Amino acid sequence: MKTDEKKENKENLEKEENSCCAPDNGRRDFLKTAGVTTAAALTGAGALLSGSDEAEAKFHWAEWFQKNYRLMTDEEKEAAVTRLEKRYSEEYDKNVTVDRTEAKDGVLFGYALNIQKCIGCRRCVKACVTENNQSRENTQIEWIRVIRMEKGEFSQEFMDQGSPQISGKHGIQSGGHRHKQAGVVLEGQHYYEPEKVPEKDAFYFPMQCMQCENPPCVKVCPVRTTYRDPDGIVVIDYNWCIGCRMCIGACPYWARRFNWGEPNLPKEEMNPKTHYMGNRPRMKGVVEKCTFCVQRTRKGRYTACVEVCPVGARKFGNLLDPNSEVRKILDKKRVFRLKAELETYPKFFYFMD
Amino acid sequence: MRSIIYFAIDLFVYSWKGSVKYYAWLAFLSFFIMGWAWGNYEQITKGMIVTGLSDQVSWGLYISNFVFLVGVAAAAVTVVFPGYVYKHKPSRDLAVIGEMMAIAAVIMCLLFVVNHMGRPDRAWHMIPSWVPVPVFNGVFNWPNSMLTFDVVVLNGYLALNAVCAFYYLYMKYVGKEINKFFYIPLIYLACVWALSIHTVTAFLLNTMPARAMWHHSILPIKFISTAFAAGPSLIIIALFVLKKYAGLKVTKEAINLLSLIVTWCLGIALFLILSEVVTELYHATEHSYSLSYLMFGKHGLNALVPLFLSAMFLMIVSFCLLLIPSIRKNYKVLPVICVMVFVGIWIDKGMGFVLPGLTPSPIGEFAEYTPSIVEIVNSLGNWAIGIMIFTMLAKVSVGIMNGEIRYSSGELKEIPSVPETKPKADKRGLPWEKSGWGSKSE
Repeated sequence: MKTDEKKENKENLEKEENSCCAPDNGRRDFLKTAGVTTAAALTGAGALLSGSDEAEAKFHWAEWFQKNYRLMTDEEKEAAVTRLEKRYSEEYDKNVTVDRTEAKDGVLFGYALNIQKCIGCRRCVKACVTENNQSRENTQIEWIRVIRMEKGEFSQEFMDQGSPQISGKHGIQSGGHRHKQAGVVLEGQHYYEPEKVPEKDAFYFPMQCMQCENPPCVKVCPVRTTYRDPDGIVVIDYNWCIGCRMCIGACPYWARRFNWGEPNLPKEEMNPKTHYMGNRPRMKGVVEKCTFCVQRTRKGRYTACVEVCPVGARKFGNLLDPNSEVRKILDKKRVFRLKAELETYPKFFYFMD
Repeated sequence: MRSIIYFAIDLFVYSWKGSVKYYAWLAFLSFFIMGWAWGNYEQITKGMIVTGLSDQVSWGLYISNFVFLVGVAAAAVTVVFPGYVYKHKPSRDLAVIGEMMAIAAVIMCLLFVVNHMGRPDRAWHMIPSWVPVPVFNGVFNWPNSMLTFDVVVLNGYLALNAVCAFYYLYMKYVGKEINKFFYIPLIYLACVWALSIHTVTAFLLNTMPARAMWHHSILPIKFISTAFAAGPSLIIIALFVLKKYAGLKVTKEAINLLSLIVTWCLGIALFLILSEVVTELYHATEHSYSLSYLMFGKHGLNALVPLFLSAMFLMIVSFCLLLIPSIRKNYKVLPVICVMVFVGIWIDKGMGFVLPGLTPSPIGEFAEYTPSIVEIVNSLGNWAIGIMIFTMLAKVSVGIMNGEIRYSSGELKEIPSVPETKPKADKRGLPWEKSGWGSKSE
């Protein structure tokens, strides 16, 4: 069984080499030859180092040498995806597919969340983790964080207290909540564990990647591994990320997560329907984030979080389609964007009825 | 051509010859480098999980040291600029030491950046495709990403300093006059370039509105002023050590000018810190959380308060001491003050600057970070490598400047073992008190 697979690998690789660069002109041909020679030399070294058999080593190095996804020719993309499918299928003992559907014309994805309806049950978080193959533990990665906001900031009891307490002749100079301790996250927090939701005196505020129109993370990336696709989804080529974490520093929404160690994704829980830019298993040392479930939405489905939401607080659709739900919400409801002052123009909107 | 080969061989051989103390020093540094090898092995095999970093505080000790060392590298300008632009001869004679320190500091910077990267094996992704290396088809996000600017200016600075310093040494080695039309423009370029490396490092951090504490225009000038206080302090310390152990001729004028630069740059830095504190805290907003977390702690989390207090104490006390000429010119006290300045700024500009910038996280979460043992071991190792490089570079520089290595047009000449250059006064007390200090005319 195993040897058969390896044979297949080898055949595939040969096919790849034959098809990867069409000889357009002499220079390209020369580069190809040079490239293949160097690759062959390095492959040999790799095989020696890893002590494994040649085909496997070749396979590993081919992935290591692959280019930035956007600069690949169509054949190279196909080769990269096939290579990944083989590797994942072996690793997870199931038939893993890696989709590479590109963005469609006339589509711009948008998301609207009704904060009036959200009850903070975090089913979206769970669904997201299951759908998108996040690392389950050590370190646990979740793309959606639900922040529990206390109504305390507006409560009566603090408003007339202040500092200094004894006002004397000059009156209280600063009062109320100015000197009250805040929660974990400003006046809220995202590590809440109640018996039941919704809780009294709390409301909930889910956050995830805002898929900004002017994304600060894309600008700071030194190797253009993260970029905005034409349908508005900010994606990451996990195979190209160098792990410098500039994007984590630049993101004002704390939407990006880093694979500090080798991700722990149990075989039985792995979702085999993946997308190159989306939920395919990641490796250690790269950044990941919400992709609006690119593997689903580019096939015309809803994201996992939209599907699972028990109160219908989450709405998703094409912003360019006048009849889409999201478009209608933007036209009719009271809508706001988070941290609008930063001019990032999120395509993730919050609204109230 | 022949002379260049001999130059390389002579320098290499000379850098490995020395007294017992010299070997002991190298062995001491090697000890840290062994730890570094272990730390790097851990980090590469297990991933960044062996560090104390988290999604909340995703930059830590490595970037702190990086930011600080870019400043040290830039500070070569404090000897080069007076030496060549203001024709201050005592400084000019020591310019090459400053350049060697810059080379070592930039190498340390690069080591720290590699340590910081989650995928150092993919560093070739930053080699642009027009660089003629087959297979490596990297992409550069130029000119959007500040990090790409930083890569360009740092490597350019390394190359510039290497060319300037080794050209100067080579000309001394073969006993020829320096070609001013080649050398002086390069030196001027290096001076401007030195400012650029630190400016770009500041831009790297202050162009992120997500991090309110860094997002203001005071940062580049604050970086440069602290750099020109910490860097010359380190150069002064190095000069004292080189004078004592390698027989470098150092004049009082050179030291006094450097200590004056330290004084005023430190003063400017303190003023800028004061401006920042008043601006941020007079009417504190959410954007001031980082600074007040650093200064006073927040919600009972106050791990950074000792850092702030110690940095302020060291910087203010050393500034007050440096203001008094009799203390500044007292060479028994000056090295101690220089150490205080150096450590103070290392804290203020390193951990005391990077960590509060990341705390609270953009959504307001306060998370505390403590460097892990692997991070500490790797950082010590990086410093040890840099200090070892500087030791060797400084040794050959002194050897050439003192005329111990000379090109003899012919066979490979005998290379003298390191001569006993300790001044006699050394046994009686500190050498710079009695003798050994040349005057301006020397």
